[in-house]
Amino acid sequence: MALRNIIGKRIGNGIGLVGRRSLSTATCDVENRNSKSMNLYSAINQALHLALETDPRAFVFGEDVSFGGVFRCTTGLADRFGKARVFNTPLCEQGIVGFGIGLAAMGNRAIAEIQFADYIYPAFDQIVNEAAKFRYRSGNQFNCGGLTIRAPYGAVGHGGHYHSQSPEAFFCHVPGIKVVIPRSPRQAKGLLLSCIRDPNPVVFFEPKWLYRLAVEEVPEHDYMLPLSEAEVIRQGSDITLVGWGAQLTIMEQACIEAEKDGISCELIDLKTLMPWDKETVEASVRKTGRVLISHEAPVTGGFGAEISASIVERCFLRLEAPVARVCGLDTPFPLVFEPFYMPSKNKVLDAIKATVDY
Amino acid sequence: MANWCRISSRTISNHVKTRVNQGLPWGAVGINQTSGLSSALNPGGPVSDGNWRYQNRLPVPRNRATLFCNQRFESTVAEKQRDSFLSSESDDDHQSVDFPGGKVSYISKMNFISESSQTRVPCYRVLDDDGELITDSDFQQVSKEVAVKMYSNMVSLQIMDTIFYEAQRQGRISFYLTSAGEEAINIASAAALTEQDIILPQYREPGVLLWRGFSLQEFADQCLGNKADYGKGRQMPIHYGSRKHNFFTISSPIATQLPQAAGIAYSLKMDNKKACVVSYIGDGGTSEGDFHAGLNFAAVVEAPVIFFCRNNGWAISTNVSEQFRSDGIVVKGRAYGIRSIRVDGNDALAVYSAVSAAREMAINEQRPILIEALTYRVGHHSTSDDSTKYRQLDEIVYWKNARDPVNRFRNWVQNCGWWSEQQETQLRNSVRKQLLEAIQVAEKTEKPPLSEMFSDVYDYPPTNLEEQENHLRETVRRHPDDYPADISV
Repeated sequence: MALRNIIGKRIGNGIGLVGRRSLSTATCDVENRNSKSMNLYSAINQALHLALETDPRAFVFGEDVSFGGVFRCTTGLADRFGKARVFNTPLCEQGIVGFGIGLAAMGNRAIAEIQFADYIYPAFDQIVNEAAKFRYRSGNQFNCGGLTIRAPYGAVGHGGHYHSQSPEAFFCHVPGIKVVIPRSPRQAKGLLLSCIRDPNPVVFFEPKWLYRLAVEEVPEHDYMLPLSEAEVIRQGSDITLVGWGAQLTIMEQACIEAEKDGISCELIDLKTLMPWDKETVEASVRKTGRVLISHEAPVTGGFGAEISASIVERCFLRLEAPVARVCGLDTPFPLVFEPFYMPSKNKVLDAIKATVDY
Repeated sequence: MANWCRISSRTISNHVKTRVNQGLPWGAVGINQTSGLSSALNPGGPVSDGNWRYQNRLPVPRNRATLFCNQRFESTVAEKQRDSFLSSESDDDHQSVDFPGGKVSYISKMNFISESSQTRVPCYRVLDDDGELITDSDFQQVSKEVAVKMYSNMVSLQIMDTIFYEAQRQGRISFYLTSAGEEAINIASAAALTEQDIILPQYREPGVLLWRGFSLQEFADQCLGNKADYGKGRQMPIHYGSRKHNFFTISSPIATQLPQAAGIAYSLKMDNKKACVVSYIGDGGTSEGDFHAGLNFAAVVEAPVIFFCRNNGWAISTNVSEQFRSDGIVVKGRAYGIRSIRVDGNDALAVYSAVSAAREMAINEQRPILIEALTYRVGHHSTSDDSTKYRQLDEIVYWKNARDPVNRFRNWVQNCGWWSEQQETQLRNSVRKQLLEAIQVAEKTEKPPLSEMFSDVYDYPPTNLEEQENHLRETVRRHPDDYPADISV
């Protein structure tokens, strides 16, 4: 628990500093205009306020969004924009997404909330068979690009099987949708606005652990961060680490400690998993010759497998060591065993060293 | 103490009435609206309930926040019904108790509501089996022009089905499914709508597209998947879609269109459009979760959508007796607070009237409507099916001959003096000829180029797709014989 608190503060310092280094164009929008210290749910809330403010055809709906949502991401929206645009839906994920597809198909921005990523599965048919194929199957006569599905994902310390899942890999296997995962409040606001305004249906997973814990300076104006552009958030030369969402804070800890042993780590935030930025990761691997991928989701069939396979295809001769994956285990997400299940800082550190010493 | 419990039913009723009529943004429903059917069938007359707040809707979204507080009251239909039940009974027999969702009276005798009513919900029909108008029917009159257009389209649909089915048998198209037996449903429902009404089909409603002016050539192009196909050759035959006809592209998964229909209708509501959505589903589809999702959402958001269920008795080989235990689909409407009707799906005039009325209600009252049209699937499920394997041939023959909706409507149209044998022959020959030509033209038309495989996955292709396309083109160059010659690379 104490570690998480530290991490909470670290994010404010670490990522804030890195943000100015702009190796990719990703952060050039985020200048130091008026900004305010806020946490992840507040940043998301701001993005939603802006989305509804700038587009009168934007709607926010889902279970319990009206009073502010179980994670407070939708606070104030119903009061400000009215109950025709911000409203509770019945408890039915397939209905939420189906309804959202219909709304989006009429040119509206439909921002649907799924209360926990663990409950997204009833909507899987609508997402995979309908949303993802809506434009393609119609020959571009119709599209539901205005659809954005937001869901809190990931470990929270006590969530167990059904409040901790990371289902991103299922959705990365579906051509036609985008999958985006922010690592911090400032990223979340800019990425969410991009997702909402992107003309393709997007699934946006929010790391619930960070809703309150991650605090940083977030610009108050309307800004967008580009999709499908990974960001090098820490430069290094010995090994490339790739991750997304809350896991990056763990990985950053491992990088800092590895530094003490003289290992220079380059850390990449993928940000968009589908379609993902192979070029940035490849460029980094060409520099370092080693890569480690880390995610909370179970290792087998996780998105790390896709990254690993792609990197091996493209950088085989450059690799000095096998691609390492430090991930969740192949069990349902356990309650009391969570600390054992998680890809912790030390697991990542061990893997960094093993890869470097290969 | 709890004196409010004992307020007389009449006072409560008045109290509710006052609240219901106060500044509702979406149109009030009078308490007696459940008996509104006969008023709805006034020929040429819209449903009148005198409370068309719909027309007085405030355009500014911000004010909706407060107005919707009253709306909450509005949606507890059960509470209104209680008042209409109670108004004739004395206070002493029923006391009420309140819970979230409103007041209910309580009863100390234990009483289970029966799983079914004593009688099935009757079926609305206007023409008898011979196409003679039943005396004293309520129905929406149709002009000669409309009647002839309806009938011609029903015939065209029948012929189109026959010819495309044959074409599949001959190997000229890969797949087809017919709407045999459901021509009245297809055409009459379409005829009752306007072009602004948005269609979300299941897959057995090409007649709706036909009515709206989709040409035989356009049908053939989609079935052949050539470059004139609006779907760009990506889907199996019969998966039509046409933006200009407000007909959303068909997808194979069953019932997925229903919650989407609710969302589309909600958009129409937000835009204050005088239009509705009509979404079709079969009897089998009502077992899907999306049926429940779609109807429930539409009811809760008060969206102008007509859910049209074609109960044709069969979901491939599954008879309705294996699909549900309820009295068909019509009784399910009430479970969602949705007004419903059961109609004879083989009676074109009845279908036309019911859809007309439903449309008025959906738009003017901003509510969903459920129509169950009873009919029979005369054809096999599709060209991949032989229904004689699971049902009796005489059953099929009976429905095909004795209960044909096309014959039935022709009788009525002829009796009106609006159709002749000569016109019949002319029409059938003409349509047949056009179809054969259309298929020939479609077969000769090029397929879409390979680039169309990669476009429209996203608004524009991401790098991984560009790479795959390049790689594929190299492969095709190396092994041209592995690939169909009629797709240009």
